[in-house]
Amino acid sequence: MATEITAPAYRIIPIIPALKPGAMAETKSFVANEKIQEAIGFPGKLVDDWHDRAITRMGELLAKYRSLKVFLDACVHCGACSDKCHYFIGTQDPKNMPVARQDLLRSVYRRYFTLPGKLFPKLVGARDLTREVLDEWYTYFYQCSECRRCSVFCPYGIDTAEITMAAREILDSVGYGQKYSNEIIGKVHKIGNNLGLPGPALADTLEGLEEDVKEASGFDVRFPLDVKGAEVLLITPSADFFAEPHIDSLIGYAKVFHAAGISWTLSSMASEGGNFGLFIGNYDQMRKIALRIREAALEFGVKRIVVGECGHAWRVAYSFWNTLTGIGDGANDPFALQLQKQLDHRYKQPMHICELTWDLIERNAITLDKEANDQHIITFHDSCNVARASRMGDILGGQFEIPRNIIMASANHFFEMGDGTTHEKTFCCGGGGGLLTDDLLELRVKGALPRMEVLQRVADNHGVNFMATICAICKAQFTKVLPIYGFDRRMVGGVHQLVSNAIRLGDK
Amino acid sequence: MTAASILFALLFYLAALLFAGGLVYRVNDYARTPAPLKIPTTPAPITNGGVVLRMTREVLLFESLFKSNLWTWALGWIFHMSLALVIIRHLRYFTEPVWSWVVLIQPFGIYASLPMVIALAGLLVRRLFVERIRYISTPSDNLMLALLLLIALSGLFMKFIAHTDIIGVKTFVLGIMRFELQPLPANGVLYLHLFMVATLLIIFPFSKLLHAPGVFFSPSRNQIDNPREKRHLAAWAAKLESGK
Repeated sequence: MATEITAPAYRIIPIIPALKPGAMAETKSFVANEKIQEAIGFPGKLVDDWHDRAITRMGELLAKYRSLKVFLDACVHCGACSDKCHYFIGTQDPKNMPVARQDLLRSVYRRYFTLPGKLFPKLVGARDLTREVLDEWYTYFYQCSECRRCSVFCPYGIDTAEITMAAREILDSVGYGQKYSNEIIGKVHKIGNNLGLPGPALADTLEGLEEDVKEASGFDVRFPLDVKGAEVLLITPSADFFAEPHIDSLIGYAKVFHAAGISWTLSSMASEGGNFGLFIGNYDQMRKIALRIREAALEFGVKRIVVGECGHAWRVAYSFWNTLTGIGDGANDPFALQLQKQLDHRYKQPMHICELTWDLIERNAITLDKEANDQHIITFHDSCNVARASRMGDILGGQFEIPRNIIMASANHFFEMGDGTTHEKTFCCGGGGGLLTDDLLELRVKGALPRMEVLQRVADNHGVNFMATICAICKAQFTKVLPIYGFDRRMVGGVHQLVSNAIRLGDK
Repeated sequence: MTAASILFALLFYLAALLFAGGLVYRVNDYARTPAPLKIPTTPAPITNGGVVLRMTREVLLFESLFKSNLWTWALGWIFHMSLALVIIRHLRYFTEPVWSWVVLIQPFGIYASLPMVIALAGLLVRRLFVERIRYISTPSDNLMLALLLLIALSGLFMKFIAHTDIIGVKTFVLGIMRFELQPLPANGVLYLHLFMVATLLIIFPFSKLLHAPGVFFSPSRNQIDNPREKRHLAAWAAKLESGK
């Protein structure tokens, strides 16, 4: 980018911003090239008959997804969602209002699939699918992080994420894909993880970690890779293997397994919890990526599958794995049957690392010294996919309580951020849903505004100097944007980073 | 028998047909379209009873809208509840003898028309003057509010200012229901009122008014949050498995 990106000013009172039409019309993430597209089975470049194929694909999706059909029909333009999107708040571009974003697709749906839209397009806001409209789809459906905050407030539960996913799927099907997401999906299939970290490099990294932890703690904490017969298969975002602060949480998981005496392993073939198939709304890709994990679980004969700190990975694991791979019950293909027989059903399958750790804490199976975190005054950022698209534990809202319980068991100083920005009303970090790419940095910085405003307030009022979160994308996004808002980049970290500091190794 | 009586009778047969047929078609379509993935907006109920409660709160109290914006909620809720009372009150023109609970509700139904008009006017003002809402409004959004407003105002006019021959209206309505055509009192305001009601019925299954049946089919609201315990699989997704 030519110009330096700066943070927008905090709003004095969080009023609804005035509209700035076209403010983000020029912000467009890089388009995927032919190689990237064809590697995952999409047309290499925009096909000649894109118009007809796009409409056909829309029709197919309408027949496959009730969500899409109902959501396109039911909106009454009440405006309940209109001020709820972090990208709208940060950019003031009216097309970043959830309803207006949906209308980019809805207008075309009305024109081609409804009677009033065919007869009186102007009256009902219907429009033809033109090249301009297609470009507008690409621009603004890659300015949505699929965080579902709007769906919390919609009287019909309309989830813009579903619309965005459908639009991206249509765009991919006509050869108009996004470089960032589609390149990553290619890497998962080819190498095993989103970062393209090959097996030997991963083994090296893990060995180095064992040495580092030995040096720091004096204990032989293991980071096993591809171990047959381990009890737990840990599926974690690949950022945990080398990015800061992610790696500190990986050390935390390892210490928890060590202290509790649970044997575990990572897989080089399935060394990725993330599933970008979700972001592009492609069921086949999502399923294919999920099946790698089933394959690894079968290969190693593990009894449990545990998922590390990653928001959308947990959504896919918790909400979709059973559907996609039959990990729990109900599936009757031979692989699923074998997996179900192999897994230990006294445990939830899959289980979040926070569920595992909290269970150990509750049973006094691990000991935590809270004082070890006394330098941290902590707040917790709920990650959107955990908060609004999944659950932990046995009770409604367990996804909010369990991570907080772990923090409070690991540290003495904890303060909530307020004003309807936590729990299911949490704001997206600004980098989710396939937008964590530097070509969208301006959008990411602006989208972080509502979170930064509230963080600033707890920093001022309570001296908060650490924001814990359980999502790899949140961690990477905040590391990048915190300095732009004048915070220390090391202010963000994982929940298991705090556990790592506090856990007592060796006794028990 | 006047030409107007015949025309209005035909109009109402057509409107009823399109309204009922259209809704049956839509509901059937929604019900048959699979929801392949578990996508409730969480925290979501983990039992069937919990989902019934969530849907009830959503439909009767507009819970999510309440969380969003108090003004929009107040105007929207008052409008819908008033409309419900007004519609129930109108059952008296369709039943002979009038059902006792309809008799009971009659005074509430009459006075509900006032808050209904006020709420509709508020919603229209909001559409015209709040920048964000004006941006997202289509001409049909405004016209629908205007239509409802005119229906309410013409009704109020006949109730409180210039009475129409309401006995005659009821005879006409019962005649339609029994397929024995009766004359409709000649009255311009009544014609307007009835014409706009028929219009509303006709556009219902083709427009955003589908939010009424749609809300019941919204996967983000009506799904149970139990994906780990129970497998959820659409028929088209199950077909992928045989290939594996």
